Amino acid sequence: MIRVALIGLGKMGLSHQAIINSHPDVKLVAVCDTSSYVLDILNKYVGIKCYTDYKKMLHEEKPDAVFIATPSRYHAEMVKAALDMAIHVFCEKPFCLDLAEGLRLVELAESKNLVNQVGYHYRFVEAFQEMKRLVDAKAIGQIHHVRAEAYGPVVLKPKGSTWRTSKNEGGGCLYDYACHGIDLVNYIMGRPDAVGGSVLNKIFSRDVEDEVYATFFYADGKTGQIAANWSDESLRKMSTHMTLWGTHGKISADRQELRIFLRDEPNVALNLNKGWNTRYTTELTQSVEYYLRGEEYSEQIDHFIQRIKGGRTDTRSTFRSAWDTDLVAAMIIKDSDSSHINADCLINQKTPSTEKNGLLASIKSLLT
Amino acid sequence: MIKEEFKVERILFGDNQFFGVNHMSEEKARSQALKFQDINAVIDVLDDAYDEGIKVFMCTTHERIGEVCDHIRANPERYHDYQFYPCMPYAHKYANAVTEVGILDALRSFLPEEGALNAMLKGGMSLAKKDVEGMGQLLIDAEMKMFHDLQTPVIFLQNVVTDLLLGLGFKEAFRIFADHVKNKYNAEPGFITMNMPKLLDVLEELNIENPIVCSNINKIGFRMCGGIDVYESAIATRKFRPIAMSVFASGAISPQQALEYVCQQENIESIVFGASSRANIRQTKQLIDQLSAK
Repeated sequence: MIRVALIGLGKMGLSHQAIINSHPDVKLVAVCDTSSYVLDILNKYVGIKCYTDYKKMLHEEKPDAVFIATPSRYHAEMVKAALDMAIHVFCEKPFCLDLAEGLRLVELAESKNLVNQVGYHYRFVEAFQEMKRLVDAKAIGQIHHVRAEAYGPVVLKPKGSTWRTSKNEGGGCLYDYACHGIDLVNYIMGRPDAVGGSVLNKIFSRDVEDEVYATFFYADGKTGQIAANWSDESLRKMSTHMTLWGTHGKISADRQELRIFLRDEPNVALNLNKGWNTRYTTELTQSVEYYLRGEEYSEQIDHFIQRIKGGRTDTRSTFRSAWDTDLVAAMIIKDSDSSHINADCLINQKTPSTEKNGLLASIKSLLT
Repeated sequence: MIKEEFKVERILFGDNQFFGVNHMSEEKARSQALKFQDINAVIDVLDDAYDEGIKVFMCTTHERIGEVCDHIRANPERYHDYQFYPCMPYAHKYANAVTEVGILDALRSFLPEEGALNAMLKGGMSLAKKDVEGMGQLLIDAEMKMFHDLQTPVIFLQNVVTDLLLGLGFKEAFRIFADHVKNKYNAEPGFITMNMPKLLDVLEELNIENPIVCSNINKIGFRMCGGIDVYESAIATRKFRPIAMSVFASGAISPQQALEYVCQQENIESIVFGASSRANIRQTKQLIDQLSAK
C-alpha cells in the first residue's frame, strides 16, 4: 500500500481525495486544509485524520507521497518541504509561479530521484493521447502550425473574488485555462522558442485577465496560436480544442473526438482513409476502476501511483514539463507588455492613397 | 420503509439532448443546444414522447426545466398522469460557482434563504454540531422547488454528487438524502452512478433496501467502472432495481444491438433514453416493447 497525504481541499482537492480514497493500492492517511469548516465535516462523517498545519502532517504521518492542491502561490514551499523529506509529489497546476524557484524544485526532485507529477489532466484524455500517437507517427507529415483553444464559463459578471481571480496567487484565465492549452502544445509539438503578439485582456474581472491570445514561434519555422477565454457561457463547461496542420493533412481533437483529414493518400499502417477519419471517445476510452467527472482524473492519479510502485520517475507530466508550461506563460506575460505596430506610424509616413498614382508613388517612397 | 410495490416505469425519457450533453461529439451537443434554446422546442419533443406512451421525464434540475414544469402545471388535463423523476443537483451550476466564488459562497448562493447557512456558520456553534443534515435538506428543498404540485415519485441524486460522496466515503449523506426524499416528498430515493458495483456495497451497508440505481449499461462497456463483467453479474445476482442509461453509448452502438443487450438482462427494470425526433422516439419505444415481450 502506498501511503498518501493530501494538502488543500478545494474543488480539485476533494475530487482527488475521492479518487485516491478509492484506489486499491493506496491508503489515504491524512488531509490538510486551513478551512476548519470543511475539515470538521470530513473528520466527523468520513473519519479521515485532519490537519491544519501541513508540515506537522508530513512529519507525523511520514507519507510515501503527497498531493498538493492548494492555491498556486503555496506550491513552491510545500513541494520543497515534501521533497526535502524524500516524499513523492503530485502537485496541481500551474506548477510554480516563480520560474527560478520552479527550476530549483525540478532539479531537486530529479536529483533525489523522486516521482514528480503535475495535474495537467488533458495529457490523460484519450483523444489527445491518440493525437500525440498519430502526430509522432507522422500521420499528417511535418507539422507547420498548431492552434490550441480553451473556452468556458467561469467569470460571467463583474463580481466575485477568490484566489483564482487574484493576480498574485496564480489566478486569471492564463494560469487557469490557457495553461492547459500551452501544456498540450508543449506535449504534442514541443515547447515554442519564442512568443509574440500576446494579449491579456480583462472582460469582467478587476485584477486578472479573462482572455488570452498569443502566437508561438519555433526555431525550425513552425508556428502556433493559443486562444483562451473563461467568460464564454455559450459552453456548459470548459472545452479545450487542438488543431494541427501538417504537410499531409490536418488533425483536430477535443475531449470527445478526434478528426483526421488526410490530403493525398490513405495511411494503411495507421488505418486512416484519405479525407476525413473520426475516432470517438466511446471507442478510445477504457473504463477506469473508479470514475468521477472524467476518466482522465482517475488515469493521472493511477499513473502517478503506478510510477511510485514501479520505482520510475518518468511520469507523463513531470515537474520539468510543467515548468516548461510555466515558462511559456511567463513569456506571454512579458510579451503582453511589449509594444505593437500602430496604424498611425504607417499612416503618418506619406499616405499613398492621397497622392496621384498612389501605388507608384509609394514604391518610389520606399526606394528613396 | 420502502414501498416494495412501487414499480419504476419501464421507459423513461431523458434530457441530455436538451442541454448540450453528448458524450461523443461536442459539435453535436452544440447543435442540439441551439435547436432547443426555445423551451417550446423542448416541450414539443416531450409531447411527442408522451403521445408515444412515455409518461416519465427523468430530468436534471437545470433552471430551464422550471419552464417545463410551469407548462405541465398549466395544462393538468393534457398531462394528468405525467411524472417527473428529478435528478439533483444540476452539478455544473455548482462546479462553476465553486470555481468563481469558493465552496462556502457557492453553497450560500444556492440556499433558499441567505440567513440559513450564515446561521449555521456563525461562530460559537460547536464544531461537532455542524448541521450537515439540515444543510442537505435545505439544498434538496431548493432543488425541488420548481416541481411543486407535480408528481415526482422518484428523486435521484446526480452521478457527480453520488460518486464524489461514494469516493470520499461520506456514506451518511446517502442516508440523509434517502430519508428526506421519503419523508418530505413521499418519493423513492434513486441514485445515479458511474460506479454501480461499488455503490451497491455502500447502499447495502446502509440498509437502503432494493435501491433504485441508474448507471451506464451498454454493450461496449462504456463508462461501466469496474468492468462490464462485474456489472452483468451484479445485475443478475444482487437485489436492486437497475435503470440502464447510455445504452447507445452516445450513438456508438446500433439501436437494435444496444437494446437487445439491455432487454435480454431480465433484471433491468427500466431504460432511460433521450431523442429529438418523434420517429426516433417511436422506433426506440417499439424496439424496447418488442424486445421486452420476448
